[in-house]
Amino acid sequence: MSNLDKTSVGEPALTVTHPLVKGEVGPGCAKVDPIVIADSVTRQFGGLKAVDVAHLEIPRGQITALIGPNGAGKTTMFNLLTGFDKPNTGTWEFDGKSLAGVPAFKVARAGMVRTFQLTKSLGRLSVLQNMLLGATGQRGEGLFSSLIKPLWRQQEEENTIRADELLARFKLDAKREDYAASLSGGQRKLLEMARALMSQPELIMLDEPMAGVNPALTQSLLGHIKNLKADGTSVLFVEHDMHMVMHISDWVIVMAEGRVVAEGPPETVMKDPAVIDAYLGAHHDTDLGDLMEDGPNPVLEAERRAREAHPEAASEDDGYAKPEERA
Amino acid sequence: MIAGIRIGPGVRLTKMILAALSLCLGIVLGSGALSATASPAPTPTPTSDFTNTLTIGGVLRDGDNVVEGAEVTVEGASGFSEVATSDDTGRWSVIVPEKAEYTVTIDPETLPDGVELRDPDRDTATVSSSEWQTNSITRSFPLGADTRQTTGFFEQFLQRLAAGLNFGLLIALAAIGITLIFGTTGLNNFAHGEMVTFGAIIAWITAVLLGVNIFVAMLIALVLGGVFGYVQDWLLWKPLRRKGVKLVQAMIVSIGLAIALRYTYLFFIDGSTKTMNVGLSDAIVLGPVRITTGSIVSMVISIVALLAVGLFLTRTRVGKATRAVSDNPSLAAASGIDVDRIIRIVWVLAGALAALAGVMLGLYRQVSWDMGFQVLLLMFAAVTLGGLGSAYGALVGSIVVGLFVELSTLIIPADLKYAAALVVLIVVLLVRPQGILGRKERIG
Amino acid sequence: MDWGNIFGNAIGEIISPTTAAYALAAIGLGIHFGYTGLLNFGQAAFLLIGAYAFAIPTLAGAPLIVAVLSAIICSIIFAFILGIPTLRLRADYLAIVTIASAEVVRYIVTTTGLTDVTGAANGLSGFKGTFAAINPIPEGRYGFGPFVYNEYDWWIRIVGWTLVVLASVLVFLLMRSPWGRVVKGIREDEDAVRSLGKNVYSYKMQALVIGGVMGSIAGIIFILPRAVQPANYTTGLTFFIWTIMLLGGAATIFGPIVGAMIFWVVLSLTQGILYGAIEAGILPFIDTTQAGQIRFILVGVALMLLVIFRPQGIFGNKKELSFSV
Ligand SMILES: Nc1ncnc2c1ncn2[C@@H]1O[C@H](COP(=O)(O)OP(=O)(O)O)[C@@H](O)[C@H]1O
Ligand SMILES: [Mg+2]
Repeated sequence: MSNLDKTSVGEPALTVTHPLVKGEVGPGCAKVDPIVIADSVTRQFGGLKAVDVAHLEIPRGQITALIGPNGAGKTTMFNLLTGFDKPNTGTWEFDGKSLAGVPAFKVARAGMVRTFQLTKSLGRLSVLQNMLLGATGQRGEGLFSSLIKPLWRQQEEENTIRADELLARFKLDAKREDYAASLSGGQRKLLEMARALMSQPELIMLDEPMAGVNPALTQSLLGHIKNLKADGTSVLFVEHDMHMVMHISDWVIVMAEGRVVAEGPPETVMKDPAVIDAYLGAHHDTDLGDLMEDGPNPVLEAERRAREAHPEAASEDDGYAKPEERA
Repeated sequence: MIAGIRIGPGVRLTKMILAALSLCLGIVLGSGALSATASPAPTPTPTSDFTNTLTIGGVLRDGDNVVEGAEVTVEGASGFSEVATSDDTGRWSVIVPEKAEYTVTIDPETLPDGVELRDPDRDTATVSSSEWQTNSITRSFPLGADTRQTTGFFEQFLQRLAAGLNFGLLIALAAIGITLIFGTTGLNNFAHGEMVTFGAIIAWITAVLLGVNIFVAMLIALVLGGVFGYVQDWLLWKPLRRKGVKLVQAMIVSIGLAIALRYTYLFFIDGSTKTMNVGLSDAIVLGPVRITTGSIVSMVISIVALLAVGLFLTRTRVGKATRAVSDNPSLAAASGIDVDRIIRIVWVLAGALAALAGVMLGLYRQVSWDMGFQVLLLMFAAVTLGGLGSAYGALVGSIVVGLFVELSTLIIPADLKYAAALVVLIVVLLVRPQGILGRKERIG
Repeated sequence: MDWGNIFGNAIGEIISPTTAAYALAAIGLGIHFGYTGLLNFGQAAFLLIGAYAFAIPTLAGAPLIVAVLSAIICSIIFAFILGIPTLRLRADYLAIVTIASAEVVRYIVTTTGLTDVTGAANGLSGFKGTFAAINPIPEGRYGFGPFVYNEYDWWIRIVGWTLVVLASVLVFLLMRSPWGRVVKGIREDEDAVRSLGKNVYSYKMQALVIGGVMGSIAGIIFILPRAVQPANYTTGLTFFIWTIMLLGGAATIFGPIVGAMIFWVVLSLTQGILYGAIEAGILPFIDTTQAGQIRFILVGVALMLLVIFRPQGIFGNKKELSFSV
């Protein structure tokens, strides 16, 4: 980012500042206008501390990328923040309201809506019904009012119009009446994102939105995400494609082994030795000279190598499905 | 990867129908040849709505203890006379041909030691024809403890503890199969109780009807139980996995199989309870505890079998592979394990263990067509308490359930003891939805 | 063999109150499983509760309306007791807990300690008076062909089938609405629905209560032509209701009704034919008790074949298969 005041990788002694940040840039730094503030959030699975975040703030109205190697705890962090999992310790607030211990559906109603890494499209509902489910404040969702159609007919029509607009934007309008189960993996990702947008959230959290999406579509998807920002929605997304991260994010947070190890604007963070450590392991022998502007980006390189070594990581399956999830 | 998703297009569907049918037929033929020799005892079939059977029955209890093995004779006009024996819940019943008058007589000689009629003159009751507003009529005989022998609470407690341990081990033996099948295939097998009954019936046929030594009969039941498991997987479950049948679907298939098998058993061995009189009912007195040789034999065999299963799972290659498949079938398949073969082995093992448990349940109680189904829920309770899919959990859960069933009778009426165990299951799930030893599932 | 009689009996099952009761219970189960995806294997408990909560107050002298309200309220309470611990659990745990709860209530009404209240193993009878008293049909026998019944039998049939129709209309109205969309979404993936701000737990509870109340009203219809007998409420009853629901199609309006009709007509036919064959000496190896058992074997096999080969049922849409997991 051009508005970066001053940075010099490899010389951490110098202080770095940034317009989004109050004070010094660094892991867990305070933001000028944060939408989410989390404090000492930890989540333990047996002996493994999947998430151990001392302090984290997510800037409002910006596109923030959350990156980190597989197993870094990104999805778990999403689950904790959105009420899908309970932390061992920790508090966090959204828009000034504490959301710790609040059930998932109330988190969504508060304006913090997430999508899932493993897509959750509702297979035996049509694409349009999937979309309509995303709309909030529906009168027809009450048990008694649902019986009397005039009470909700008009609202349903308005929601349908909005759903059709979104479907057209996401190039799903041709599939409007099809069962969601008949969509391709990429189309389901799109549907899930569009459905989340039906609720007009303040913060949308996308867990690997691009995984499995046709490359021809990713470009337009990037456009949608940028439009969201233009509409005033804050975006937090997990992504492995570093090009995309570089391309659209205003701010990048890097997690490894449950901790936030680095933060900063995209170009800078990619060169942070802590990030390279995170991707390559602490004992890598990468020459720091590689970090120079023109050299191959070691993080991208590491990602590429990791993908080649574990092709299954690129698929939707994280590789630790338990019996109950194999259905 | 498993029971769910493999969709093989070229599945021969007719083969599967045949599979289901021949499975039933196999049992039909297996036990059919012998059914002629079965005693044509009274048939307390389920008083379900369809059958419209008329029954006279009751429950024999001495305070809070059920009285098992007592004989009640029902006699009516035109020479009708049937004898019923009270089962392990103290229940007895006789099917009668018409809504008419009957006399019901209990034989005090058949009451267990220490129990007698409270009023020795009242060993007979009558049923009048005007009483038949419902299809079943109850008659009770007030029983009292023999005043010469009173047992203190502590003795009773030890007695129940021993019984509970025995019962828990039996449940564990059968339940480990449920948990291994769930772990490797994701299937909740509702037909598992019928595998237990299968073993008991085989042992009853060989030991009682054919007079084979009980230990030989046990071995035969064990082997045939394994074969039964093998055949089930071969003819039904493997084709269904190939077809890509979903888990809930497969679970309902197992319910259908359970119904079909259960009534096939009923068809051939009728509804009476059968006592396994094989000379293991001598009582041994160990301090305050009175225990039958049958119970000791059953406990020793259960423990040996459970240890063997434990060693198999932890020490052998196949056992380790089984645990790997339970953990993560796709990973296991990727690392070269033949998942189908492991699942087949699990079915054989489950069938054999269930059959063995059935034999000992028959010794411990009695043999009847629905005995397996009666303990199915307790097995599920045990497995669920232990956390679905965990073999050690199943063992712990089974012991808890077994102890609870028996110890609860110290406080609550004996005919509610199964209910108590199921209430415990519900309460535990309230507190720990993943079971006692289970893991939490993952979202996202 | 008296074919006229055999077919007459079978045709009579189409409108019998028992068929109506099973249809209503299956409609309720359809709300649970077909639409909301709840694996309720304890539907028999709702019928049991309807039956006892109706019969006990009636025998104590309560008027009809009080007895009916008692059945409804008790089933709502039971739905809550069942739902609060189980609706947070994974689907297969729910199956085991519901089946266990149903057995628990059956053990409780059968226990000899409660003989004064529930009649224990004998059950209850003599509770038809209040319902018969409001029968507007004058005494006599009416009808044509195989459908000739007295005024009480017609009264049960009319009331029973009216309730079935009302329940179907209710299901239709619910399932075309956004409420229905939410519960169908829950059936597909409850986490997804939760992430969209819907209170999944509350919707599941609503579905459990509505389907449970239908089950308990079915329990009342079921006992009106007969006595209350605890042995009728085994898990077998639940499984037959499942078979009926799957036969017609789990997430359909008419499926449970047609499923119940087919189920009972076929059961009656097989019974008639088997009994006839035994009487005629065609089947010398089996007796009539065994013939009754053959029918259950057939129900089991039919359930397996149905679930394997036509999981969407007769009315279900091939694409909208009944099983998502
Ligand atoms: N439910 C769970 N049970 C046990 N371990 C889990 C569970 N969920 C996540 N983990 C573990 O926590 C770590 C973080 O996982 P996750 O948040 O999915 O990582 P990411 O999304 O960054 O790839 C991993 O090591 C994973 O194996
Ligand atoms: Mg992840």
